[in-house]
Amino acid sequence: MNEIQHKFQLKLAVAASEMLSERVAHIVLTDDRPLPAMRPGQFVQVAVPDGGVLLRRPISIHDISEADNTLHLLVQTVGRGTHSIASVKQGDEMDLVLPLGNGFPDMTEGRVLLTGGGIGTAPLLYLGRRLKANGCEVTFLLGGRTAKDILRREEYEAVARVMTTTEDGSDGERGFVTDHSLLGREQFDAVMVCGPTPMMKAVARWASVPCYVSLENMMACGLGACLCCVQKNHEGHNVCVCTEGPVFNTNELEWK
Amino acid sequence: MTLKTTIGAMEMRNPVMTASGTFGYGVEYADLVPLDRLGAVIVKGTTLKAREGNDYPRMAETASGMLNCVGLQNKGVEHFAEHIYPAIKDIDTQMIVNVSGDSAETYALCAERIDSLEKIPAIELNISCPNVKHGGMAFGTDAKAAAEVVRAVRKAYHKTLIVKLSPNVTDITEIARAAEAEGADAVSLINTLMGMAIDAERRKLCLSIGTGGLSGPAVKPVALRMVYQTSRAVKIPVIGLGGISNATDAIEFMLAGASAIQIGTANFVNPHVGAEVADGIEDYMRRHKIGDIRDLVGALE
Repeated sequence: MNEIQHKFQLKLAVAASEMLSERVAHIVLTDDRPLPAMRPGQFVQVAVPDGGVLLRRPISIHDISEADNTLHLLVQTVGRGTHSIASVKQGDEMDLVLPLGNGFPDMTEGRVLLTGGGIGTAPLLYLGRRLKANGCEVTFLLGGRTAKDILRREEYEAVARVMTTTEDGSDGERGFVTDHSLLGREQFDAVMVCGPTPMMKAVARWASVPCYVSLENMMACGLGACLCCVQKNHEGHNVCVCTEGPVFNTNELEWK
Repeated sequence: MTLKTTIGAMEMRNPVMTASGTFGYGVEYADLVPLDRLGAVIVKGTTLKAREGNDYPRMAETASGMLNCVGLQNKGVEHFAEHIYPAIKDIDTQMIVNVSGDSAETYALCAERIDSLEKIPAIELNISCPNVKHGGMAFGTDAKAAAEVVRAVRKAYHKTLIVKLSPNVTDITEIARAAEAEGADAVSLINTLMGMAIDAERRKLCLSIGTGGLSGPAVKPVALRMVYQTSRAVKIPVIGLGGISNATDAIEFMLAGASAIQIGTANFVNPHVGAEVADGIEDYMRRHKIGDIRDLVGALE
């Protein structure tokens, strides 16, 4: 986890880009040179192609394929910046700073529940792939408002078993991920979560085992310089989500 | 061709500096820009005692700019001297500390501690932070208060003293003259313009304390005007900043009268911008057959 890792500002080529739903784009990036090593849970800072938007947008690493040297991002359109990023086309060039943040713990054994809601499921694919390769027993529990929010299911299924919840019951069990019957019947050694804050707090309250959450506070630099993305830790101090996180053990946060 | 720039007793390899609060302690950017291409790095605002800063959310993007209300979060000057200084003192550029306080006395005590650090050739006195309740901008918006704090610091600090000015005043030249009269070696301007952002859908203020400092390309014309006015009002060097994003912006500030420039918000957008600006200034000098960067300062036709 703590080996020195260098950061890069790279111009990467868009190998493919498609809308997975009305609001989520799947962007595949590549380069002639091997991409730097990146850890699950780390993120990249993407320069917005629309010149009218100033700051980069932090986007989690959805997947990495070393075999074809690609970096995959899922981008949900929220405002002008993410709309502009989501509209890139194959052959375009994107300017990224990467890899940033600390990532999820690199567990090598045990039963791990990876759960997320909506676009928060994005970093779980690469995470599951890595933990599975490490020797962990992985379960995905993916939540969404409706069936269309369960993104790239086949990719997750190719890694490990997938459970789902939807608020309208159109896919999997009805309700939130914290309502899923799995949570009452099975034991896990660790839980790793990414999604809306109320959902992550609910999972953290349920979890009696180590629980890791990925925060997405607004940030400017992503490098620990601007101090805009701070979160209060358990000692009441402001810490940067970009460098101390984005992944935190919930015991380190002023939560619960 | 020479880009050597002198501010007080401090010599820099070129006039390109990074602005306080946008470049950490330099090391955060070491992978992304060669620090030895910069004239100086001005590190994060430092106070006598540790400060937690304001609550999240601390930033909001606005048209061609951003607001921040970080509020001088730092671990205090003793932590800086003991733990940060050893890690940055050998960086191959001039490392300048931005000093803030809530009274003339705390400014002076903080400056005095920095004075003892051999490899810090200068401080930038921040009398212009809009995001703290006590001190900060209060000293930079009143000529008498500015004079008082600069006088106290000048007694305690013997190296190059830069005073950073607030644009949130009727006449910035009045504050600049007060700083000059009390022995400042240079003034830097502008700090951020006080602003606000509101989220209409949620009917809420975007920043935790409501107001914040506006920076980025949006403030450049205001900064340029103030640099122009101030450089004509004082004899000490003026360091220009406010929305500089490329070499052309930097040259405009120098033509307006700045002896050196600082890059702030643009570091967030393009971490490599400092080196690009230094290269671009050289290229401009070549094209315009300028042998000495000093000949560019105030050289409007």
